[in-house]
Amino acid sequence: MSKMAKLAAAAAIALGALGVLGEAQAQGAKPIVVGSTLALTGPLSATGLVHKLVGEIYVDDLNRRGGLLGRKVEWKLMDDQSKPDLARTLYEQLLTADKVDLLMGPYATGAILSAIGVAQRYNKLLISHTMGIPSLAKYDMHFPAWSLGPNPQATVPTTVFDAVAQAPKPPKTVAIVTSKFPSVHFLSLGAREVFKQKGLTEVLFLEWEFGNRDFGPIAARVKDAKPDMVWSGDIGLEGNMLLEAMKKIDYVPPLHVHTYPAPGPMAAAPETDKALSLTIFEEHAPFTANPVAAQFVKTFKERATAAGLPYTAVETQAAASFTAWRIFEASVVATKSLDDRKMADWLKTAQVPTIQGTLRFDRGNNFGDDLMRIKQVQNKAWVTVWPKQWAAPGATIKMP
Amino acid sequence: MTFPSLGLLSQSVLSGLFLGGMYGLIGLGLGLSWGLLGQINLTHFGFVFLSAYLCYHLTMVWGVDPLLTLGLLVPAFFAVGVVMQWALARFRVSTFNSLLVTFGLTVMIEALIQKIWTADFRKLQTGYGEEKFSFLGLYAPLPELLTLTVSAAAAGGIWLLMRYTDLGKAMRAMAEDAPIAAAFGVNARALALLLSGSCVALAAIAGVFFALSFTLTPTQIFSWVGVVFAAVMMGGLGNPLGPLLAGLVIGVSEALAMAVFSPSWAPIVSFSLLIVLLLFRPAHR
Repeated sequence: MSKMAKLAAAAAIALGALGVLGEAQAQGAKPIVVGSTLALTGPLSATGLVHKLVGEIYVDDLNRRGGLLGRKVEWKLMDDQSKPDLARTLYEQLLTADKVDLLMGPYATGAILSAIGVAQRYNKLLISHTMGIPSLAKYDMHFPAWSLGPNPQATVPTTVFDAVAQAPKPPKTVAIVTSKFPSVHFLSLGAREVFKQKGLTEVLFLEWEFGNRDFGPIAARVKDAKPDMVWSGDIGLEGNMLLEAMKKIDYVPPLHVHTYPAPGPMAAAPETDKALSLTIFEEHAPFTANPVAAQFVKTFKERATAAGLPYTAVETQAAASFTAWRIFEASVVATKSLDDRKMADWLKTAQVPTIQGTLRFDRGNNFGDDLMRIKQVQNKAWVTVWPKQWAAPGATIKMP
Repeated sequence: MTFPSLGLLSQSVLSGLFLGGMYGLIGLGLGLSWGLLGQINLTHFGFVFLSAYLCYHLTMVWGVDPLLTLGLLVPAFFAVGVVMQWALARFRVSTFNSLLVTFGLTVMIEALIQKIWTADFRKLQTGYGEEKFSFLGLYAPLPELLTLTVSAAAAGGIWLLMRYTDLGKAMRAMAEDAPIAAAFGVNARALALLLSGSCVALAAIAGVFFALSFTLTPTQIFSWVGVVFAAVMMGGLGNPLGPLLAGLVIGVSEALAMAVFSPSWAPIVSFSLLIVLLLFRPAHR
């Protein structure tokens, strides 16, 4: 080999080595590790799996866009088994043993309260997905992705009242029946006050324990009370069970509002047609006019179908989860930092555009506006019907 | 408090009877295995739900009529019961330990159900659910009516069998004093296998009717344990008619508490009744 050839070969090797080193350096940058728990097993796991899928979709997309601060993002997710006490232990472990850089909140109020306790002890920022009782979230570095507003027990029933006032036959009387599950019970008690102030006559008030098996007598009492509207403070499948029991005694309730029903079963069953409920996002215009939302709806449907989830539409839970990650990304990008305090201080004055609307965190316990809307089951699908600016094109409240 | 109308009260009593029928059907196998085999078989609840999910699957995926699934599920579950009894006898599991072992098995069944069918709610949608009978303004849905009928038939049939057949007498003798029964030629081992298989087969029957009336989710398994235990203990261990009668009393009491007072009082009813009964019949077994 000639001298020139040897020099060229040496240069090529050196350049190649430099290239490899540079690439290795970029790839080898330590990832930002975000730790969280979700209810992957246990009674809350049906919804927990939705949050898991959304987190995976968001982190995949985030890394495809280059990650955060030039580093990849790694999500360390643990299963809290739907147990708030275990969530507390796992968050402690994430911070002390796994030494994660940042935290992401769990799903469901009980687990969120546990995580808040740990975050507070270690001065960590915590963005939660679905904190249902704002008055309990007193930690100043906790930020909610679910835009309930600081006083949902007053604002949510007011929105419901305004919505049903637009119905073809506005109600004059109401039956309020409710589970004692904390995050729906306080809303139902608020509804009693609001409806009274608005001039509705309460013809029935009933409470049942969460886990109630027999809705027959409750259905019979509602039928007996002959209300114009039924407010059902239910969660999960309770609303379906109540409507099934009503169907069995040949009773179709007039306007009926359900607080937090399982979206899939409530949309699918024949007896649930025209059921009203609360929402922050449904997969139709104007929500999907936002290209980020439209893309998310498409990706979620594909991934949820592949994962075998029975309900593949984006609604409140998936939207709140997506929003939580959006708030997280926005605070890191805006502060160019992983400093929890800096991120929290920024969020307190920020307005973050999300798929459910623009969120702010400058009111009680870092809650902002109440962005809750009213949706209705129409032809086995949920459509937003109130307020008008968020209603699906041409959709209005229909009577059963 | 305004007193409820007669129609409301009657419909509530009917609803309580139907629910009591389900308590009785689930409690039947549990009470027999507890009273005659000395096993507190918590897996019974797991088997009820497993049967319900299998019925759901066979109906919704393969299009089999839910009642016809009994033809497959009952013998299959009988075999499972036989194997379980063989294993428990092989390792000489005591009454107390059977509680722990079967609790563990129930957790495993719950995990299995969640793995296969996920934690999401499953509802068996069939023509049976649409059928109901109306009489004097009262409504009786077909699935609940079938449950009550089958529960009464099973309890009555087993009571007759236990009372009037040699097989039933041998089972009672075995439960009373196994060594003496053996001295009279009773094959306790074979009878235990038969009885355990029958109890698990009864769980399969209960599961099918459970699927017809209720929405399924794996974690509901444990929400039925307390009230069915109360029905079994009130009805008397090993007594085939007891769980049904106690279940009916509990169901109607719960329904009346809901109709007259508040639905949130219902869970207190079953255990209040049990405590009262134990106070007045402390030696009741």
